Amino acid sequence: MDKLEDSQHSNLQEIEQEAFREIGGAKSLDSLESLSTKYLGRKGILTAFLRNIPKLPVEARPSAGKNANLLKLRLEEVFNRLKAEIESNFDSSDQIDVTLPGRAFTRGTLHPVTKISREIISIFTRIGFEIAEGPEVETDYYNFEALNIPKYHPARDMQDTFYVAENIVLRTHTSPTQPRVMQKVNPPVRIIAPGKVYRCDSDVTHTPMFHQVEGLMVDQDVSFGDLKGTLTTFIHKLFDEDISLRFRPSFFPFTEPSAEVDIRCVMCRGKGCRVCSGTGWLEVLGAGMVHPAVFENVGYDTEKYTGFAFGMGIERLAMLKYGIDDLRKFFENDMRFLRQF
Amino acid sequence: MKFTLSWLKDYTSIEYSPSEIAEKLTMAGLEVDAFERRFAYLDKVVVSRVKSVQKHPSADNLTCCKVDVGADVDGKETILNIVCGAPNVKEGLVVACALVGAVLPSDIEIKKSKLRGEISEGMLCSVSELCLNPDLDRAAFGGKSFGIMELDDNLTIGLPLADALNLDDYTFEVDLTPNRADCLSVIGLAREVAAFKINQSGGTKEITAQIKHLNIPFKNTNFESSYNSLLDNQFSIDDFAKVKIFDPDLCPRYTAGMLIDVKVGQSPFWLQDRLLSVGLTPINNIVDVTNFVMMETGQPLHAFDYDNIAKKTIEVKRAGSAVEFKTLDSKTHTLDPEMLMICDGERPVGIAGVMGGENSEILDTTTRVLVESACFDAVSIRRTAKRSGINSDASHRFERGVDPVATKDVLKWAIYLMAKVSGAKIVNGLIDENPIKYQPTKIAVNTDSLNARLGTNLSYSQIKRYIESVGFEVIKADANNLMMVTPPSFRVDVTRAEDISEEVARLWGYDNIPTTFPKVPVKGDAPSSRLIIREQIRDIMNGFGFSEALNYSFTSAISCDNLCLDASDERRSVETIINPISEELAVLRSSLIFGLLENMKKNNSQQIDTLRLFEVGKVFIATKKGEQPIEKEMVAGIWSGFRDSIAWDSKAFVSDFFDIKGVVQGLLSSLGIGMNNMLFENADPLLFPYYQKGHGAMLKLLIGSEQKLIGSLGKIGGDVLKNFGLKQGAFIFEIDLEALLGLLPAPNGMSKTASLPKFPSLSRDMTLILDSEIQAGAVLSEILSLKESLIPILEDAFIFDLYEGKPLRDGKKSISIRLVYRSWEKTLTEKMVSSIHADISKRIIEQYGADLPSS
Repeated sequence: MDKLEDSQHSNLQEIEQEAFREIGGAKSLDSLESLSTKYLGRKGILTAFLRNIPKLPVEARPSAGKNANLLKLRLEEVFNRLKAEIESNFDSSDQIDVTLPGRAFTRGTLHPVTKISREIISIFTRIGFEIAEGPEVETDYYNFEALNIPKYHPARDMQDTFYVAENIVLRTHTSPTQPRVMQKVNPPVRIIAPGKVYRCDSDVTHTPMFHQVEGLMVDQDVSFGDLKGTLTTFIHKLFDEDISLRFRPSFFPFTEPSAEVDIRCVMCRGKGCRVCSGTGWLEVLGAGMVHPAVFENVGYDTEKYTGFAFGMGIERLAMLKYGIDDLRKFFENDMRFLRQF
Repeated sequence: MKFTLSWLKDYTSIEYSPSEIAEKLTMAGLEVDAFERRFAYLDKVVVSRVKSVQKHPSADNLTCCKVDVGADVDGKETILNIVCGAPNVKEGLVVACALVGAVLPSDIEIKKSKLRGEISEGMLCSVSELCLNPDLDRAAFGGKSFGIMELDDNLTIGLPLADALNLDDYTFEVDLTPNRADCLSVIGLAREVAAFKINQSGGTKEITAQIKHLNIPFKNTNFESSYNSLLDNQFSIDDFAKVKIFDPDLCPRYTAGMLIDVKVGQSPFWLQDRLLSVGLTPINNIVDVTNFVMMETGQPLHAFDYDNIAKKTIEVKRAGSAVEFKTLDSKTHTLDPEMLMICDGERPVGIAGVMGGENSEILDTTTRVLVESACFDAVSIRRTAKRSGINSDASHRFERGVDPVATKDVLKWAIYLMAKVSGAKIVNGLIDENPIKYQPTKIAVNTDSLNARLGTNLSYSQIKRYIESVGFEVIKADANNLMMVTPPSFRVDVTRAEDISEEVARLWGYDNIPTTFPKVPVKGDAPSSRLIIREQIRDIMNGFGFSEALNYSFTSAISCDNLCLDASDERRSVETIINPISEELAVLRSSLIFGLLENMKKNNSQQIDTLRLFEVGKVFIATKKGEQPIEKEMVAGIWSGFRDSIAWDSKAFVSDFFDIKGVVQGLLSSLGIGMNNMLFENADPLLFPYYQKGHGAMLKLLIGSEQKLIGSLGKIGGDVLKNFGLKQGAFIFEIDLEALLGLLPAPNGMSKTASLPKFPSLSRDMTLILDSEIQAGAVLSEILSLKESLIPILEDAFIFDLYEGKPLRDGKKSISIRLVYRSWEKTLTEKMVSSIHADISKRIIEQYGADLPSS
């Protein structure tokens, strides 16, 4: 009995020794493959050994089976590991330099004015505003008269106007879109009108062309409180919820009451810095309740409808949002500037 | 509008700090731009004591003093050497010493220096050098001060002078909106400040009139008797002058008064000081009073030298004809016939409400003065001021509206002050021509509507109190929610109920209005196709590696020449700005190309040689004079420099025509235009002279059987490059978006997605040797046209090789075209395709006289 058990045992040991000797000499995937078949294949040596176990004496079977199975697992593990090693090191000289740059797929960039306009438009369209546009070269009527700014009114001094003819101007604000839209549609009206505007002014803080977004809402029971709510939401979405707003009385001929809207300085959060000239506030919007004279000019019922309007300079908001320090950079189109947006 | 705290205090008591006043005014709609300590310039002028005085070794009229300027930070006495020229300097005297670094009102900066060889480390100052009241000089005599200022002996040495003399005042600069003419006066601002107090008290106290809480000197009870004490009862004003208003539409009221025995001279200190404190220059006692009273009350005044008024007559009338007139600033103006003039019996003596004439101005020799206080039509004054180019303090106020009720009261006050400061006598009586009487406005205010407009819930009595606090009169109307409001005469801007709502809102405080949200019905309309497509174009161009440029809509008038545009080109019809900023920005652009070439130059100058830029924007084509130009939206792009960024694995290729053409094709096909609907033809040099000859193309879209020109592309020609100062090649495209928009499918429309083929395709190539001038596109479209008519199994055809050169003969090229065949019903057989392909080859060879390759 002992003898038989011993012989079986030494048989398995021999198989193991022989297998590892042969594996040690295998250099290629092919030779590993054939060794794998030789030992573990359907007709392999180890497979045959395992198949033979039932023929062993009862007592010898458990340890022979256990040891043979362990050897099978070890051999499988070794074959797999060596195959993986050989596969990955098939040719050690075939290596790429992964630090070389990839082939460039360079996307172009949007102009910062476009980028922030999209954001502004997106905020207002989310709360139900539609987009309107108007001509950049306007009649005196739409740019001024319809907005309750008669000829020889001192309010005309508030905006230095470019003229191309006596009654044709480059629009000084996006506000002419208001009467243009109201002439076409009845309330409720809820629009924003982005676009280029022009003023005869050029220095460090003024360019002769810049961009505005106009807003107008007309319906029954629209209040100054609603204007405050709408603009507060807008500023919170454009910057963040912590930015507080301050509404100051002001004057625009086409709104009554009129307001200038300051926001807490987004740079210093109100502590006072260079950007807000130490005041902690930044003036970013003009707004107010639509003046009844404007409604009269477009034939709206001033008893029935009220509305609010607002306007803002896009470059100014872009400067704050993107930390741009010089207004003139917007129109120099230096690639090094444009590529940053 | 400038004012000082001390001046404001003349009319109302003030319990607020300067920063509180600034904050409150700003939040009431009177934006304070800046406020500063008026005597900040005295910070480096200190109380000092002269310790010793010695004669200057080399100048008889100078002395060398040792001056104690107080203890330094370590408590050590500081003695300075100062050279002084004042005759009254003597040992022990307490004086004002300007230290090194001080800047005096005359802009002199004190520096350590040598005067005739002696070191001087400061300056002992006189009152006039410090712009201070002579009365502050102990040695002053008869209101005049001589030499350096002598101070009280017991003042602390080293104390800054402003502290020592209690000089504590603030200057405010208010940026007034054009509606608030009433605040172009210190009294007007005092009225606002007084209202804060009333509204802050919050009580239900009735306010009957704004006058009650303001201390206006000429409204005081004893003013009348003081005035009367200066009257000369010998004559009456009617003995001196009569006033006739010919154009009452432009002058509803004209009042005038007379002074005799006038001694024109320097104003007393208080008067000069008030003017200086708000940035006005004292001139003489009479003119100074007109300016002082204007700043105080907002009513502009004018003083004439009576002896230069002809025929004792003042006539107020339109100029009538274009004559020349010299204003008192010695400038000559050509009068417009419509301008309102103040004339004497013979000639104009002043442009009404704008500026007086040189012919009647107050001179040192003047002894009799006629003073005008009038009301003029705001629009007329503004038109005159604009046309004459004069913007005076007077016209600024008249344009915005002057209190039509105060005219005569203010005149009386001004005459009184003039008599006081010039020793004159007032002639009995005042002229008051008032053809159009002031009618107070009555405004019906519904408090419910007012609350609805503001989003507030203010009570009737709150509303009443707020507007009464700034001088409005309120009468209760029949209904509980109605009030009749009469604005004060100085509030010319308030005419309707909405104006009252603003008054209430600003006094209640905008910040106190509750923040609410509009009730918004859902609509969900999509933006217009134009807006969607414009943004798509931006995204597509970004995807192609183009960054977005944004140029001014202006360009130079010579831009069209620089682009070599033909005389007949519509882009030569530029809209010209009447008042441009500069020559470079004098006309509206008629093409986006100008800007992009400028951008290229700008970038090249920064060593950025490779650029891909695009712009979407409007161009302008002038139509008839006096009409709006045509505005066309365009998209244009520029590609210059290398095709790809310089890389380690490939040669850098300079971009060429086919790069820009690829961009155009890619852009249009992304927008839904089929490749076969885009036609590229040789550019007509008349229409597109800026492309290098043979390197430009016109872009047409094929719509049905029609072809529509929508743009062009190509290589910029050498002349144009030179004109724009460019040194490297540039490829440009420009597409008319207006034309394109009409030809594009609706961006959000329904569409039909093609099903995918079930059977494999077969490809066959053909290589043709053609005359060089035969365009590849023509051959290709000829082949593709067969697909529609004869050969339905032809799916596609494309050029995959092009060759010119040996062994081909000159004037020949070889083109290789791959044709793809596919049936939707079955798998094609080699045999069937070979036969059809042979037919097509034959047809094309015959049509174009092509050869086949020899091998």
